[in-house]
Amino acid sequence: MTEKKKIGLIVNPVAGVGGKAGLKGSDGEAVQKAAFEKGIKPEAPDKAIRALNVLKDISEEIVLYSYDGEMGCSEAAAVGFEVMKLGRPESDAKTTSKDTETLAKALVNEKVDLIIFAGGDGTARNVCGVVGDSIPVVGIPAGVKIHSGVYAVNPESAGQAAKQFLTEGGNIKEAEVMDLDEDLYRKGVISPRLYGYMSIPDNRKKMQHVKMRSVSQVAALDYIATDIIQSMEEDVVYIIGAGTTTRNIMILLGLDYTLIGVDAVCNGMLVGRDLDESQLWKLVNEKKCRLVITAIGGQGHIFGRGNQQLSPRVIRKIGTDNITVIATKEKLLSLPDRCMLTDTGDSKLDKSLEGYIRVVTGLNERTMCAVRV
Amino acid sequence: MKNVEIKEFHQARWNEPIVMELSVPGERGVLLPTLEKEIEEEAGSVDFSAIARKSPLNLPEINQPRLVRHYSRVTQEMMGSDNTLGISQGTCTLKYNPKVQEHMALDKRIADVHPLQGVSTMQGILEIYYKTDRMMRELAGMDKFSFLPTGGGQAIYVNAQIVKKYHESVGNTHKTEIVTTLHSHPVDASASSTLGYKIITLMPDPVTGLPNWDEYKAALSDKTAAIFITNPEDTGIFNDRIDEFVKAAHEVDAVCVYDQANANALLGVARAGEAGFDLMHFNLHKTFSAPHGSDGPGCGAIGCKEKFAAFVPKPTVEKDGDMYYLDYDREDSVGYVKFYMGNAQAVLKAYMWCMSLGIDGLRQVAVTSVLNNQYMLKEILEKVPGVKLYFDDGRRRMEQTRLSFEPLMEETGCGAVDVNHRLIDYGISELWMSHHPFTVPEPFTPEPCESYNKYDLDYYVEVLRRIAVECKEDPETVKTAPHKAARHAPVAVPETSSEEDFKKLATTWRAYKKRF
Repeated sequence: MTEKKKIGLIVNPVAGVGGKAGLKGSDGEAVQKAAFEKGIKPEAPDKAIRALNVLKDISEEIVLYSYDGEMGCSEAAAVGFEVMKLGRPESDAKTTSKDTETLAKALVNEKVDLIIFAGGDGTARNVCGVVGDSIPVVGIPAGVKIHSGVYAVNPESAGQAAKQFLTEGGNIKEAEVMDLDEDLYRKGVISPRLYGYMSIPDNRKKMQHVKMRSVSQVAALDYIATDIIQSMEEDVVYIIGAGTTTRNIMILLGLDYTLIGVDAVCNGMLVGRDLDESQLWKLVNEKKCRLVITAIGGQGHIFGRGNQQLSPRVIRKIGTDNITVIATKEKLLSLPDRCMLTDTGDSKLDKSLEGYIRVVTGLNERTMCAVRV
Repeated sequence: MKNVEIKEFHQARWNEPIVMELSVPGERGVLLPTLEKEIEEEAGSVDFSAIARKSPLNLPEINQPRLVRHYSRVTQEMMGSDNTLGISQGTCTLKYNPKVQEHMALDKRIADVHPLQGVSTMQGILEIYYKTDRMMRELAGMDKFSFLPTGGGQAIYVNAQIVKKYHESVGNTHKTEIVTTLHSHPVDASASSTLGYKIITLMPDPVTGLPNWDEYKAALSDKTAAIFITNPEDTGIFNDRIDEFVKAAHEVDAVCVYDQANANALLGVARAGEAGFDLMHFNLHKTFSAPHGSDGPGCGAIGCKEKFAAFVPKPTVEKDGDMYYLDYDREDSVGYVKFYMGNAQAVLKAYMWCMSLGIDGLRQVAVTSVLNNQYMLKEILEKVPGVKLYFDDGRRRMEQTRLSFEPLMEETGCGAVDVNHRLIDYGISELWMSHHPFTVPEPFTPEPCESYNKYDLDYYVEVLRRIAVECKEDPETVKTAPHKAARHAPVAVPETSSEEDFKKLATTWRAYKKRF
């Protein structure tokens, strides 16, 4: 008999309570208290149960690890799973982000094969901070804010993704962990940051078929990076935006990089790492600069999501003609309405960025894509 | 409709080794007779050392009965358009290849013609080239054809060469880009790209599936050397503004190239010439009934307007008085693209096919294939659970349809690949899915061309329905398929495979011997 697969389960039972209460997010005890006072019933446990139901068929092949109570054990028990208890939250009455982190740490120590967690962007951020890309994860969407790519479309598809990964194995890919600043969000300012990447199962079907063999995603990223590097001009500073697509340029150049920040390259050398707005502003005023960016987040934002250091004045100074957007064709096809969005916070600038652009999608390959506000 | 009765099917599975592995040193299929004394005396002493091979001839050494068994078995393990319904292979136009054409191609007056014999002694085949050229001109609205490219991909490449040559001839040095659409054949992009062009691709509009007009206009510029476009596209959707697309491209002095590899929907109905195109190609091994795929030989017949006629590859077949001849004296030609005259058998078969049908018959091909597709599409959407039609804005499909098993996948966990592995258990070849990248999830693209009758279509739909039901009721059987076909499920290639991994594969015996 083969060894049972070990699955970590993290349920953030308070995820999503703020949304129902119109409180835009559930971070912090004050918000959670306000929500419970309004009589809001948490939905995360139910959503976790829906996902776990899909795993019932393979209950003989897996063993679950979690905390006692609503952070996992009670949901698993509702479906009929037995759970290896790794401890319990500090307070059963109100779980906190700290409990998420300690449970995540316990799961890493337990060397589980997969972590399934239910929550929102805040939960993903907490898990990411501990797990990083060391263990594949599947996110059950249960929060108010879902900007992170680590979440499945719904609880059932999260269950399916986990089941397929556990039974058929398969590849993993990196997905973004993003979170809004909730205080700003409540004031009407959407300002999500890119916090990191976690590994998720890549469920695309693969088989050997003559007509199906295409450029792998890894190769596609190399072609894109090669195109950018080949067209680099002498003494021009290339500001390289955040994300895994742009990262490949730095890897091919053999340079250090900031995955979730903005770096600068000139004549093949690193001239700036993880630059903030004021450093960028100084740079663009001193040198001729070009900007290379990709769409961040599920909505396809090229500005205003995860790269706020590229402020309106920085973008203006670089000049819209000096901006190159890069992405794989697969990514473009996955964008909602197949268009990219800009939200620099300066509506006049956003308007000037609108239109159709040539996205670099390969070596000497461009794909047309709309940019909208 | 009466209930369709599904016939029992079970294919032979021989696990037959490849012929090179059957080799037994010293074994012979044919023993050559010893040299007769009379001949030896007549020939005198001959020095063979000048023509003798330096290295041994690497052929399998095998006895005749075993060799016959080998090929008979391999034949039994085949699934092709002669023993199954070729409806699954959309964009490929797997139609019936009339057997009389095969007989004619084997006739020694064709098969024994040597390309280097004097043209006066091969007037027949030259006449066939010449007349097929004239028929193709009428069908395409073009002014000249060449049958030298031996496949659709090569036809596209040669057309890109013509584009390049044309721009050079008029001193256009700024034409560096080629515009195409994501739903056009990917070779339109890749063949042009190998000539150094930058490729600008238009994504399909999420609602119509067609290229978006404003986006197209934004893609065109002074730098545009050409547009390469398929219509109807892979989805089976016809772009009825195609003439406007052509006009806009001409306004920036771009050459308009029409990929009509599969022209089944438009034969005798609409012509590339009237839409304004400058260059185009037909695959004789798709639309014109010559066998397709490894059954070949293929021919990508390229057609052009007079303005581009000087650039076509050489030689061309011309007529002087009553004599046909090969014209090599073509200064502006892109040059040689294939030895001698290309694949003469494919031209012969296309000629016979056109002559047997006549223009009314050719038009009927288009009408029947479109009607077949529209009927089958309606039946699939009504009867096969778990199928979705994307870009469903009321437009009818032409000769094929891009469909999706997305709902089936969501409900049952079985998708297009699983259906494919099961389909061959019913004696039907696998569904062709989609070119890359996929624009719809779990794609499949059936094409019921004119060779299939209503019974065939109903049978095909019933098999699909049955498999979709199996996906729900007995997914294990589907997931572990095929059970009754000659081959096993394909080995998965991990997404992370690099070029290095592919170097571990061997596609020829020689490569295998070298690597392992």
